[in-house]
Amino acid sequence: MTTARLPQLLVLFICVVVFTTVLILPMFSLFSKAFMGKTGEFVGFANYLTYFNTPTLSASVLNTIDIAAWATVFSVTLGFLYAYALLRTRIWGKTFFKYAALIPIFIPTVVHALGLVYLFGKQGVVTRAGFFPFELYGRVGIILSEIIFTFPQAFLMFYIALEFSDGRLYEAADSMGVSGLKKLLRITLPELKFTVINAVFVCFTLAFTDFGAPKVIGGSFNVLATDIYKQVAGQFNFNMGAVVGTLLLIPAVASFTVDRLVNSQNASTLNAKATSYVTKQSHPRDAFFFLVCSMVSVFLLALVVMLFVGGFSENYPYNLSFTLKNFVFNASAGGMGSFVNSVFMAVLTAVFGTIFVFVYAYLLEKTSRGGALTKYGKLLSVLPLALPGMVIGISFIFFFNSSANPLNFIYGTVAILVVANVLHYFSVPFLTATGSLKKLDKEFESVSDSMNVPRWKTFLRVSVPLSLPAILEIFMYFFVNAMITVSAVVFLYSAKFKIAAIAITHMEEAGNFGQAAAMSLLILGINVCVRIAYEAAIKAIQRRKAKKEKVA
Amino acid sequence: MSFLEVRNIVKYFDKQPALNNVSIEIGTGELVCILGPSGCGKTTLLRIIAGLENPDSGQVLIDGKDVTNLPPAKRSYGIVFQSYALFPNMTVMGNILFGLREKKGLTKTQRFQQACKSLKLVDLYEHRDKYPRQLSGGMQQRTALARAIALTPAFLLLDEPLSALDAKVRVKLRSEIRDIQRRLQVTTVMVTHDQEEALTMADRIVVMNNAVIEQVGTPKEIYDKPATPFVASFIGTMNFFRNSNELIGIRPENIEITNEPSSSEVAANIQTLEFRGPLTRVYSTISESEGQTSEICLDIPTGTAKQLCLEENGTLYLRMSKEHQITYETTAA
Repeated sequence: MTTARLPQLLVLFICVVVFTTVLILPMFSLFSKAFMGKTGEFVGFANYLTYFNTPTLSASVLNTIDIAAWATVFSVTLGFLYAYALLRTRIWGKTFFKYAALIPIFIPTVVHALGLVYLFGKQGVVTRAGFFPFELYGRVGIILSEIIFTFPQAFLMFYIALEFSDGRLYEAADSMGVSGLKKLLRITLPELKFTVINAVFVCFTLAFTDFGAPKVIGGSFNVLATDIYKQVAGQFNFNMGAVVGTLLLIPAVASFTVDRLVNSQNASTLNAKATSYVTKQSHPRDAFFFLVCSMVSVFLLALVVMLFVGGFSENYPYNLSFTLKNFVFNASAGGMGSFVNSVFMAVLTAVFGTIFVFVYAYLLEKTSRGGALTKYGKLLSVLPLALPGMVIGISFIFFFNSSANPLNFIYGTVAILVVANVLHYFSVPFLTATGSLKKLDKEFESVSDSMNVPRWKTFLRVSVPLSLPAILEIFMYFFVNAMITVSAVVFLYSAKFKIAAIAITHMEEAGNFGQAAAMSLLILGINVCVRIAYEAAIKAIQRRKAKKEKVA
Repeated sequence: MSFLEVRNIVKYFDKQPALNNVSIEIGTGELVCILGPSGCGKTTLLRIIAGLENPDSGQVLIDGKDVTNLPPAKRSYGIVFQSYALFPNMTVMGNILFGLREKKGLTKTQRFQQACKSLKLVDLYEHRDKYPRQLSGGMQQRTALARAIALTPAFLLLDEPLSALDAKVRVKLRSEIRDIQRRLQVTTVMVTHDQEEALTMADRIVVMNNAVIEQVGTPKEIYDKPATPFVASFIGTMNFFRNSNELIGIRPENIEITNEPSSSEVAANIQTLEFRGPLTRVYSTISESEGQTSEICLDIPTGTAKQLCLEENGTLYLRMSKEHQITYETTAA
């Protein structure tokens, strides 16, 4: 190890210590609680036996599998069809459809449920028109909410996979006279095999661990995420909460393992010579896919439309006259303050999250042969993928709320919410940062070293400016998700610092739908604004780059 | 006295040797090419000289001083990579000033003047405000060279500096780099896999294969007296045939042909004729003892080939004079 690398190893060491403190130690607390009795004595699997011998509790396991499985089937199927429609057909309105599909990622899952209540609830538009004979509250409502929640994820995964496939394969097939169906079965689907597996696991895990939707629309249909909340926040049965927490980890850990296996095999075969796919004319195909896209996007738009109707009307459905009174929030839900708090928390999450993720990815990338520290650092970087928000939340209570912990002072402050969010949403930004850094010339640092330029200067003057698009994407991702998250923070917010997504949950439970819709619109509004600002910034960067590449 | 020296360098990557006891001495102002096939360890050697990799054992000496454990910045060299590694977000001038700004002893004007000087040297002064992507490949290459020499380094390291360029630009830049190197009299180590590049540019060539040095010598020595069959076949074309316990090598251009056999000529069976413009390459086989054959190829002027009415499956007589034959121990083969 030459001395030039010492400072960056030191920074990496600090990052690794921080990471271990907020990830490994809380997980350790969680697992030890699951094997302890009320007074802290070791009880082995006794808590688990109690859990599975209590029918009201163990029924939740099957319930959760049930709703997650249905949501996965629908999301993956629709996600594939939708992405296929946008990239492999010639339908109209692709830009519109693409943005419509992304609506759910801008609003909390409790709001998906709220939209469903406006559409299919007892006073819902569709119900009143006599079209929806189901009981919304309970299983059906949860499944529908989770489909809305997971659909954009599946769609995006298929979209990316289809975008990067090699058109030459299809040209070769055409030259051999292979039929369209055979091309779909023999080229497209095998190419997407890994994406399908990944999408299934991601959707299943998200639906399995979601808290928001079952909380407000679940009725008496219990799932694990609501159980854990009842055990901890309702009955203060921390040991049973820990047991449920470890159960919540199972699909995430399975998905994590599969992801590792799949990604190690799925080395991209795409090279620079790949040609883009050219779509041929086919009216029946386009008609079918246009119908699918229209139905999905109209449904998603209807949810937003209902938020506007509910948010701006006196008393839906009885008095639809226009009002702004719903935006004057009850003090019990934190008033407008909870929205301001949310924005504050989201900005902090985005700032600190972006810095941490980017620096961390940079250090791992540049110390690739740094030995044990780098290896351990890499291991830490992949673990958050397996952590559901609820598990982070409950493990943080166990770890930080203990009076013996010197970090106890962050408990109940915005700091713990920010740490939980950064950890919860670490994985995707980390991949974005790593991907962007890998594209930079590996020799930038070597050249700088030879010129005696310190590494931090090269980092700030070269790596950061060149990775600006990725950094902005990471910033946006952290901000938007911090605005909508409920699961990790529901255990950790304090009465003095209420946040918007949780306020919506309370408003819905109190039957205060107008205010819930109004608050949802605020979240949707700011998230869409951030997204627009992000896209404008990316365009500006591309324009500047094009100017630098124009041969004068 | 040598300016740059590596002694007994050993480097393994996961139990795979990249350098196995490699030693070289390079004199002041010399241009030395490290030549070898890909994976022979040549780039690793350069990176160890640069301090970008650490050897498992062995020493690097600069001007008699052991620098093996010094970081890159303390070794005072300029480096040009195959990819150039120009910072795309800075202009040509910005790229060059990036390193100069770290020279605390200089005033702002002095830095600027030094940058201008090296830009003029590579003939890019007019292009100083352009960004790298606005330049042709050759100009980018020269920018990287200007950046490397702007800090007036004690020596230059060039890692496959011409491999990313078109054939024509490459030939032109060879002489330009050589010219600049001579004018500055800067000791230079260049890594390449292109034998023509090494033969035309180098004062001395170090031929490497499988993590060891096969031969060190001037281009002429390397070509005329290749020390091993590997060097012989890696540089230029070499015909091999057996004579009792020896392996004999001879270059195609050193074989004379005739139609009239006498005792000193060897009969060869023409396999293929390959038209190459002014020359025609003849692939033929000759018989050895125990019924074995060896392939011999030779280049003859196309006109002569026509005169002799050469055709495939015909017979040709080769005169391979002893003075052009190079003999190797059979164990080496």
